[in-house]
Amino acid sequence: MFDYQFLIEVLVGGLLSGVMYSLVAIGFVLIYKTSGVLNFAQGAMLLFAALTFVSLVERGTPFALALLATLAIMVLLGITIERTVLRPLINQPPITLFMATLGLSYVIEGAAQLLWGTQVHGLEIGVSDIPFDIGGVFISRFDLFAAGVAGSLVALFTLFFRYTRTGLAFRAVADDQFAALAVGLRLPRVWAAVWTAAGIVALVAGLLWGARLGVQFSLSLVVLKALPVLVLGGFDSITGAIVGGLLIGAIEKLAEVYVGPFFGGGIEAWAAYVVALALLLVRPSGLFGQKLVERV
Amino acid sequence: MTTFRQAKLARRLTMGAVLALGLATSLPALTSPARADEQFFPLQSYRVGPYAAGGTGFFGGFIDYLNLVNIRDGGVNGVKLTWDEGETQYEVERGVEVYERLKSRPGVAAWNPLSVGIAYAMIDRISKDKVPLITINHGRTDSTDGRVFPYVFPLLLNPYSETSGIVNYIAAREGGPEKLKGKKLVVLYHGSPYGKETIPIYKLLADKYGFELEQIEVPHPGNEQQSQWLSIRRAKADYVVLRGWGVMNPVALKTAQKVGFPVDHIIGNVWSNSEEDVIPAGDAAKGYVAITTQASGAEYPVLQEVIKTVYGAGKGNLDDKKRIGSVYHNLGIVNGILNVEAVRIAQEKFGKRTLTGDEVRWGFEHLQLDPARVEALGAKGLFHSINVTWDNHEGNGRVTFQQWDGAKWKVVSDWISPDWAALRPIIEKSSTAYAQEHGIKIRTSGDDPVGQ
Amino acid sequence: MTVITETASAPARSTWLTANVAGLVLLLLLGYGLVPLIGSDYLMDAVLTPFLALALAAVGLNVLTGYAGQVSLGSAAFLAVGAYAAYNLNLRLPGLPLLANLVLAGGIAAAVGIVFGLPSLRLRGFYLAVSTLAAQFFVQWALTKFGWFSNDNASGVIDAPVIRIGSLTFSSATGRYVFSLTTVAIATALTARLLASQTGRNFIAVRDHEVAAKVIGVPLLRTKLLAFGVSSFLIGVAGVLWAFAYLRTVEPAGFNLDRSFQILFIIIIGGLASLRGAFIGAAFIVVFPLLLSRLGAAVLGSLFDSGVLEMSQRIVIGALIIAFLIAEPRGLVALIDRAVAATRRFRSTRS
Repeated sequence: MFDYQFLIEVLVGGLLSGVMYSLVAIGFVLIYKTSGVLNFAQGAMLLFAALTFVSLVERGTPFALALLATLAIMVLLGITIERTVLRPLINQPPITLFMATLGLSYVIEGAAQLLWGTQVHGLEIGVSDIPFDIGGVFISRFDLFAAGVAGSLVALFTLFFRYTRTGLAFRAVADDQFAALAVGLRLPRVWAAVWTAAGIVALVAGLLWGARLGVQFSLSLVVLKALPVLVLGGFDSITGAIVGGLLIGAIEKLAEVYVGPFFGGGIEAWAAYVVALALLLVRPSGLFGQKLVERV
Repeated sequence: MTTFRQAKLARRLTMGAVLALGLATSLPALTSPARADEQFFPLQSYRVGPYAAGGTGFFGGFIDYLNLVNIRDGGVNGVKLTWDEGETQYEVERGVEVYERLKSRPGVAAWNPLSVGIAYAMIDRISKDKVPLITINHGRTDSTDGRVFPYVFPLLLNPYSETSGIVNYIAAREGGPEKLKGKKLVVLYHGSPYGKETIPIYKLLADKYGFELEQIEVPHPGNEQQSQWLSIRRAKADYVVLRGWGVMNPVALKTAQKVGFPVDHIIGNVWSNSEEDVIPAGDAAKGYVAITTQASGAEYPVLQEVIKTVYGAGKGNLDDKKRIGSVYHNLGIVNGILNVEAVRIAQEKFGKRTLTGDEVRWGFEHLQLDPARVEALGAKGLFHSINVTWDNHEGNGRVTFQQWDGAKWKVVSDWISPDWAALRPIIEKSSTAYAQEHGIKIRTSGDDPVGQ
Repeated sequence: MTVITETASAPARSTWLTANVAGLVLLLLLGYGLVPLIGSDYLMDAVLTPFLALALAAVGLNVLTGYAGQVSLGSAAFLAVGAYAAYNLNLRLPGLPLLANLVLAGGIAAAVGIVFGLPSLRLRGFYLAVSTLAAQFFVQWALTKFGWFSNDNASGVIDAPVIRIGSLTFSSATGRYVFSLTTVAIATALTARLLASQTGRNFIAVRDHEVAAKVIGVPLLRTKLLAFGVSSFLIGVAGVLWAFAYLRTVEPAGFNLDRSFQILFIIIIGGLASLRGAFIGAAFIVVFPLLLSRLGAAVLGSLFDSGVLEMSQRIVIGALIIAFLIAEPRGLVALIDRAVAATRRFRSTRS
């Protein structure tokens, strides 16, 4: 007799985990879309944001104030990165930019730990994790909350891109950099805005992941969970990041529970990549990614 | 204009690179020579990276104790203790680099890497250089057999003893070994060689006591465990043994709460037993039980002396004084006691001077501290006792169990003995195989000459 | 993905070549003569041997990424395959000479590389790069999971045998260094020959413009898979050196993603599509952090603990990488070439 209730539970758990992956992936997408950079420093930014926030709170700063201060620091960080790293590297091949972000991640990780120490911190954001019991299926309260936060974040970004000048400029740049330059948009300003936005995403993701894992160095490793999501959904699509995240989350859990035992378990680390790869062979730019057009 | 500037920059960089290379080759010669009557402890510490919390605590405690001996007693019988740190970030090749860098210092007493990977890479090297390698609470289980591994000391607790200790504790909680029959035990282990090491031992004990067993792997680093814990719930486990590492531990506790598994039925192993493992899990960790060889807390006389003498003099190694008496700090202190006592015991035989590594090895092979001696050292209750001999390099350390109450660990059991007699044949089988593979002559008594 | 090749104007080419050959001979003399003579064990065991192994791995990755334009983030996986293959060959085929073992281990790594290179037929750029992570995680998982690979060693860590060729034993630090140097020199020379052949030109054609390469008749499928194969072969051999000559013990965790990034760093910092670049980059990545930590400890060690120093170093290294990429995106090789050219100009204006 197949246990359908358990299947549903695994599926729901997987989808909710997927939301957490999406959150990290969105940060990547924002930057890739406008500047073609795969920003590996996203994980370091996430660590930096969470560590700054938790250290401020531990030093007695009220929650709201700490949030604002961290936000301000992330904005500053975004602008600094644009100035010192991206602008001098304009027009370089993507691999060079990727390596630059790797270097950047060393700097940010080092700075975060130098400033706030290497201690492990607990982070309570006031959402308990006692599960809801819905017809025998346990659903995590915290994960639901995280999904809600992710949803509102995406909604906010959508509104921003649709109705503000900067948002419009962002879309113009994402569509066609040269055309955007030709009509007089200032690319550096758009990039600074994008890195700031990515910083905000890093803060939100950092707080949610930090509440799950504790705030510590390993927090920066969550980017590895976001990479298959990007491949699956496409590097340049926010919709892709969300759908990809949900799919990867669900597939990963189902694979571990139902396929894993045949291999002795622990296949989660690569199962997501294999699934993403299989899909890529059919659609080489992911589910929602822009197709490359080759011209000779 | 710009090309000129760039060329200048390029030239400077090349010059710099050449200079750098020159420096790199000449630097090893610049290390300062130790004065007479000093015993040197090279420390392959890790204060950065994913396991920094453990590294700062352990090496902090070790250094604090060495400092205490220096300040309070002026060293061991007048022989000053010195040390130098090299950062490894827990990476094997960095550990090897530090080994090569520090091994030629005069008066090296013993190596204490606190990393399985680094310890493995060192076994060949230290055996050749004849210096003891201490892997307290971890390391290669079969190195317990001193007949084959004369220079390696997995002091207090090897992974097999840990396994046996945990099963004995669960048996005690259930009201006797016979009550284990029909119970379901799940071992949740880290997907690494470390995590997998005890798989056969749990199987062996399951057959012996008749409990059901399921062992589930969590892939490194372990920041997602939804599927594993759902499987645990489906399996209707009575107990879960957490054989975790780093971030895997708090995530396990959080996820257990998420699927409604009772936290006081999760038993942590020796690498899942620190404050750093439970604090990030917040309330989810309240009631969690873990094995330990050394109690936590700062109420023991030796810790009070450390606080008064070392921290009072502003020489404390921990940045955050709240961590004094934490699990890793106390492990460092105990490790300090064992190292210093081995040196002291060896001095009684060889004279009160700087000892060679091989002489310190002899000291470790006679490291017998009974409860009375432990009390005299101000460590009563901190750890139980140790009884190292030439062929038993673990030294029959006892274990105890502690429960997290949300703010601190509280000891909840007596000192429990693992089933050493049952484990010894398995260890010897493995070590003799190693001896054969490597052409090592098995020692037949403590007086046998050692070395390959 | 476009990469700029080393370029030198046609007349300068011949002088360059002679200069290069002379430099090479000088380097080999230094490597075989002077270093074993005056170098300390520390220099050879902890600096030069890992440098050589990583340089060879970088040569391998450079074939794939620098010349054939396929980005891979899975190099460490092929290092691991090479190391474990050599260990198992040595264990299970007693009497197999070490050189045959080395070649076979490289061959096994090449076979695995070709399998994981298959997606390159459909994928480009970062999609390919991220998909090579599948190799990274799968290999690490498989080596940990299946005890057979480590001869059912309880802890999964294996120790490498002593290097023996015929009656020669390379057990001292100098011996292991000389063995590595010889292996790396031969492998690099063979690679240089391959790259100068039609195959090498096919690699570059595929990199510079895939569709155009196809149009002029370069067999895409074969060329790409060959690039993956050659690259993985070299990296596999480097893995054997890493395991047998350098660490002398191997565990899967040592071949993690950071190692892959490290090798990628080497070729980017050193210079893509340049064999010299692989060596210069490796020297930078291996030696520089050591140097920095020594200097830091010597100058500031009394003021700060090793953790603070290490963190500062991380920042410095990260910042330097960015600075290098900004100063010369084509790598240290281009930087040095420019410096040489500039000194020459300087001298000629003076005379």
